[in-house]
Amino acid sequence: MKVVVNGTPHEFDEDATVATVVRSFTHAPSGVAVAVNDAVVSRGDWETTALHDDDRIEVLTAVQGG
Amino acid sequence: MSLPALVEPAPELTVDEVRRYSRHLIIPDVGMDGQKRLKNAKVLCVGAGGLGSPALMYLAAAGVGTLGVIDFDVVDESNLQRQVIHGQSDIGRSKAESARETVKEINPYVDFRIHEEHLDSTNAMEIFADYDLIVDGTDNFPTRYLVNDACVLLGKPYVWGSIFRFDGQAAVFWAEHGPCYRCLYPEPPPPGMVPSCAEGGVLGVLCASVGSIQVTEAIKILTGIGDPLVGRLMIYDALEMSYRTVKVQKDPECPICGKNPTVTELIDYEEFCGVASTDAQEAALGSTISVTDLKEMMDRGENFYLVDVREPHEYEIVRIPGATLIPKDEIISGRALAQLPQDKPIVLHCKTGGRSAEALAALKSAGFSDASHVQGGVTAWAKQIDTSLPTY
Repeated sequence: MKVVVNGTPHEFDEDATVATVVRSFTHAPSGVAVAVNDAVVSRGDWETTALHDDDRIEVLTAVQGG
Repeated sequence: MSLPALVEPAPELTVDEVRRYSRHLIIPDVGMDGQKRLKNAKVLCVGAGGLGSPALMYLAAAGVGTLGVIDFDVVDESNLQRQVIHGQSDIGRSKAESARETVKEINPYVDFRIHEEHLDSTNAMEIFADYDLIVDGTDNFPTRYLVNDACVLLGKPYVWGSIFRFDGQAAVFWAEHGPCYRCLYPEPPPPGMVPSCAEGGVLGVLCASVGSIQVTEAIKILTGIGDPLVGRLMIYDALEMSYRTVKVQKDPECPICGKNPTVTELIDYEEFCGVASTDAQEAALGSTISVTDLKEMMDRGENFYLVDVREPHEYEIVRIPGATLIPKDEIISGRALAQLPQDKPIVLHCKTGGRSAEALAALKSAGFSDASHVQGGVTAWAKQIDTSLPTY
């Protein structure tokens, strides 16, 4: 399945979930938010949120600066 | 989604106020009613730093009647590249006092209140209680979670913004109408994972881009105009010059604003965010030397290997003589371990001691028992040993 993560195309298995993408992008899931097609998926739903072809995924990192 | 105005209008505007705010008054959506609401509004800005500077200045200019600031820091020369509420002659002065002077010059009708104390779980509820809305301009995760939780418990809107290098994020967290900060980021990143602006830098003008979004949202909420940034996260990328929003929903499992909250009062936020990781603290215990110790070791001609774990562009700015640059991530990932000598002591340093403690923990667990790190890093070296060197 082809999805776009942070603007770049990526290939994932058909059963990939939001959690799969997070694991492939960062070692530490805390401090990370994920949006699929412009809507943030709550942390508790990562494992059960399936991805579909052409989904646009945004992996965001919390920053602390002010 | 539009929301009713948060604040009731003040009884009237004076003749002077009508003249001052005329460009607001002739916008039909704001008008006399909106300006009177601003006059009656009480807004607290947490921090008079990068985001706090433009926030306080524009909130004051807009005619917010009561403006508070909480900050116990003093103005440093390295603040002036972005903290435009302070000037050259304010270096060394209290930020809150410096902000008061600037605000008074911008708009003498503002009742400016300063809280020169460290915001923590013991005073946040009491300080926030007097204000209608909280604008967040702090520079660290523990305070951000503290401000969020206090706002949820008090039912107040939390106008949040954060910045790093060229990237900004902003949102209005308001549990009564949408998600809170914890719904978006349930926990902070692991300590040492995400650099602060002091470690990673920030484009000065980014503060204005994000701070102005925060002020815009504050004004909209106070006066009840437009579509507030509730349930949406604004993502700003200065390099691409793009603003995008993504939807954020309330998380039913949120520990503070969800269905079954487990956080029902303020907690210890330093502990929650694990400010220095336990590993780093344990590694540093008994293996921390001062810059004076380091200088003496050099003067005695001791045979040790000094490693600078900062990034190459920081090494370009200032360095301790004889240090070899090996960025922290190279050590933590294990890639650089082969470069390190096994037969002599290793001394690590960074900018102020945080990253070197993290790297020290990794070295020790990789079996380098004769390793230590320098408290205060190159900053302490430049202040105490060689004052001809710059700090940054």
